Amino acid sequence: MLILNRRRFLQVGSLAATSVMLPRFLKAMEKEALVPPGNKVLVVIQLSGGNDGLNTVIPYRNDIYYRSRPSLGIEREAALSLNDELGIHPALKGLKGLYDEGALGILNNVGYPNPDRSHFRAMDIWHTASEASEYRSDGWIGRYLDAQCRGCDKPTQALEIDDTLSLALKGVHTNGLAMTDPARLFSTSNDRYFNDLLQQHATAGSATDHAADYLYKVMGDTMASAAYIRQQYKVRPSGASYPNTDLGKHLRIIASLIASDINTKVYYVSHGSFDTHTNQQDQQQRLFQQLGDAMTVFTDDLKQQQRFEDVLIMTFSEFGRRVSQNASGGTDHGTANNVFLMGGGLKKPGLINEGPDLSDLREGDLQYKVDFKSVYATVLNKWLGADDHTILGQRYDMLDFI
Amino acid sequence: MGTDNRKIQLQHLAWRAGFGTTLPTIAGWMKQRRREVVHEVVNGAVKTTPESVNVIAAKDLPDYRQVKTMMPEEKKALQQMNNQGIKDLNVAWMQMMVKSAYPLREKMSLFWHGHFACRTQNVLFNQQLLEVIREHALGNFGTLLQAVSKSPAMLQFLNNQQNRKQHPNENFAREVMELFAMGRGHYTEPDVKEAARAFTGWGFDATGQFVFRKGQHDDGLKTFLGKQGHFDGDDILKILLEEKQTARFITAKIFRFFVDDQPDEERVTQLAANFYQSGYNIQQLLQELFLADWFYDRRYLGNRIKSPVELLTGLRRTIPMAFEQDEVMLVFQRILGQVLFYPPNVAGWPGGRSWIDSSSLMFRLRVPQVILYSQALDVQPKALMPEMGEGANYKMTLEINAFLKKQFAKKVNARIDWNPYVEGYTGVSRENLATEIAGVLLQQTNGISRSLLERYADSSTRENYIKTITIDVMSTPEYQLC
Repeated sequence: MLILNRRRFLQVGSLAATSVMLPRFLKAMEKEALVPPGNKVLVVIQLSGGNDGLNTVIPYRNDIYYRSRPSLGIEREAALSLNDELGIHPALKGLKGLYDEGALGILNNVGYPNPDRSHFRAMDIWHTASEASEYRSDGWIGRYLDAQCRGCDKPTQALEIDDTLSLALKGVHTNGLAMTDPARLFSTSNDRYFNDLLQQHATAGSATDHAADYLYKVMGDTMASAAYIRQQYKVRPSGASYPNTDLGKHLRIIASLIASDINTKVYYVSHGSFDTHTNQQDQQQRLFQQLGDAMTVFTDDLKQQQRFEDVLIMTFSEFGRRVSQNASGGTDHGTANNVFLMGGGLKKPGLINEGPDLSDLREGDLQYKVDFKSVYATVLNKWLGADDHTILGQRYDMLDFI
Repeated sequence: MGTDNRKIQLQHLAWRAGFGTTLPTIAGWMKQRRREVVHEVVNGAVKTTPESVNVIAAKDLPDYRQVKTMMPEEKKALQQMNNQGIKDLNVAWMQMMVKSAYPLREKMSLFWHGHFACRTQNVLFNQQLLEVIREHALGNFGTLLQAVSKSPAMLQFLNNQQNRKQHPNENFAREVMELFAMGRGHYTEPDVKEAARAFTGWGFDATGQFVFRKGQHDDGLKTFLGKQGHFDGDDILKILLEEKQTARFITAKIFRFFVDDQPDEERVTQLAANFYQSGYNIQQLLQELFLADWFYDRRYLGNRIKSPVELLTGLRRTIPMAFEQDEVMLVFQRILGQVLFYPPNVAGWPGGRSWIDSSSLMFRLRVPQVILYSQALDVQPKALMPEMGEGANYKMTLEINAFLKKQFAKKVNARIDWNPYVEGYTGVSRENLATEIAGVLLQQTNGISRSLLERYADSSTRENYIKTITIDVMSTPEYQLC
């Protein structure tokens, strides 16, 4: 039973981007953006749910592999060969193509000490880059934002293509911004009433650290960002034919934004769910098909734009899965996993390190050889030109894939 | 002290010690002395035993001892009972927060629910733990700590079922010390190891009862926090309570929850000393807090960001409403970042500014419109992470996810009962209405002028005017604060 039916909040004000003014006191807090020069972009693809790395990069010469996975093992003939030892899942043709042209790097055995097999805990660890024993409420990309663009004019340095924001993009002082559709973001944030509130607060307010000022700052930033994103999104919308999947749609938005001169350095998108306790084959096949197809169009699109060299795409999952298949044609939660790195700017493409050692397991699980925080450190330092030590709180070995 | 100041202070009390209150209640409180109001808030208006929020009786659940031998259909039915049960428990508890005449009990329970953060897919375990927390929320902290530590939910979540003499598992001991009692940095790694030995044998049986499995307990001599003895789990908890640091850790956290993100060292020290002296009487601690003059300091008024559950509960306490589908509350909770019974990790919800980012803030500003104008929920919440995937129950979270997904683009249908709210403003002149409404709903009204509200109000009738002004006031950044 509807009593009220006012539509004011659904109307999009005819506001030019310039009319979204930040309150005066907030203007005063603005600093020059510290985002480093250059136009390098990072795209993170989260494979949610714990992707089975062993059926992704397949050790098809290994008897232990086939013994452990009597029905789930991918046959040697089916796998797309990378070298004499390893092959890639047959549904990942798109990624095999990138591998052949030197635009895909594979890191194996990525993990961390004392792995946690709980989805939410393991995901937290990957998002926050914390030690397994430590709880943090800020993410590694969020801390990158804290370091690089505190008080930025346009806080659009990191965008997640989703309706809600992941922990990875939450900083202490600065957050990334989540949106699935630039037009919808604009219409829900740039409301006349909100604009009036913002103006009024600017007139009445003073520069304090009161929680209300913080909220108005976030609101002002969001409205300014929404206008900026919409404006940039219109500059060069991608004409490529992306698959009609969520991932396809999301990558299309990312490609369009990369094509504009928007200041975004990091894009974040999720794909899943890879939680394959039962009937893994079909589910992983379907998700990989979607991933491979979308990546092919996306990377072609970037090449078309002459931007492939500037974009690094990284996939990760919160954990790999057990070496042995379970009784229901699936796999249970495991530990170390592979990370894919894609782009035209890889220094060391191909198989960057050795494949998994199935003869040296711990309680049926793979042992990690590369700390995932080393991957982050390398990306932060060598790709984004950021201070990895400050952001990660510790020094990690640099890798040489870029 | 002016009348307006006093009114804001009472609203402050109502928000911090509950989920806000209505104009008529505040008007009533204005006639009483602070001591009387605080006494009423802390003790509840009427003496009653806590009303249960239970959704299932243990005897209505199948015998867990027989799960292994169940037929697939029976297993499926059990899973559905758990699945639906946890949703029901969430809804029932929120309804209790909304209707309770003793909101401090629920507010304090919400605090403990985050402090003793736990995830389990078992509806009975969740229900037991919530019952323990609500029963002792305002009682004795030592009793509460012991009851929580012996709950199957916590023993399972922190792996004490796997803590055996031959094979100690330290998880439970570590979290009890780090998160429940003393906080990091006040004990050593050897203390953790020794405490873990003491907790060996603590477990639960298939009917969901605490059991002490003597055969698995390590009865040897232990050294813990400088003391020696053949300690068991109870001894460890007792020693932890003897440590003044435990009182301090808990008090500082309570200060952050009820007063300010930045604990005032001196005040926390004083409160903690009295808390310790009282033998950990929680009610007394809160009474002292709410009676203190400094609790009503200007800088604390309206300077705290409401948690999603506080925001939703406050809205529903202000304007009575019944949802066509009560579970829609889970969708709101998920989008805003706080689903009851699904804390992000063992440390609970970090709170404060971490509630806020661009998307959560913009959605918060739209919540009153989405509900009160029955708009479509056009935000797709992230999926919850399925847990305990190796057991039989991980599909439950998948089902909750399917539910969250199904609500996308659906209208939020609620029957809104505006009458009591509108009647609350009887006697307020038309020209004072906007200011009065903002003055009741907000603790900070600096930036929101009457002229601004007037511009967006529907002035066709007095009733519509009150409603639209109310929705607009609730759609401000200031309404996110209490």
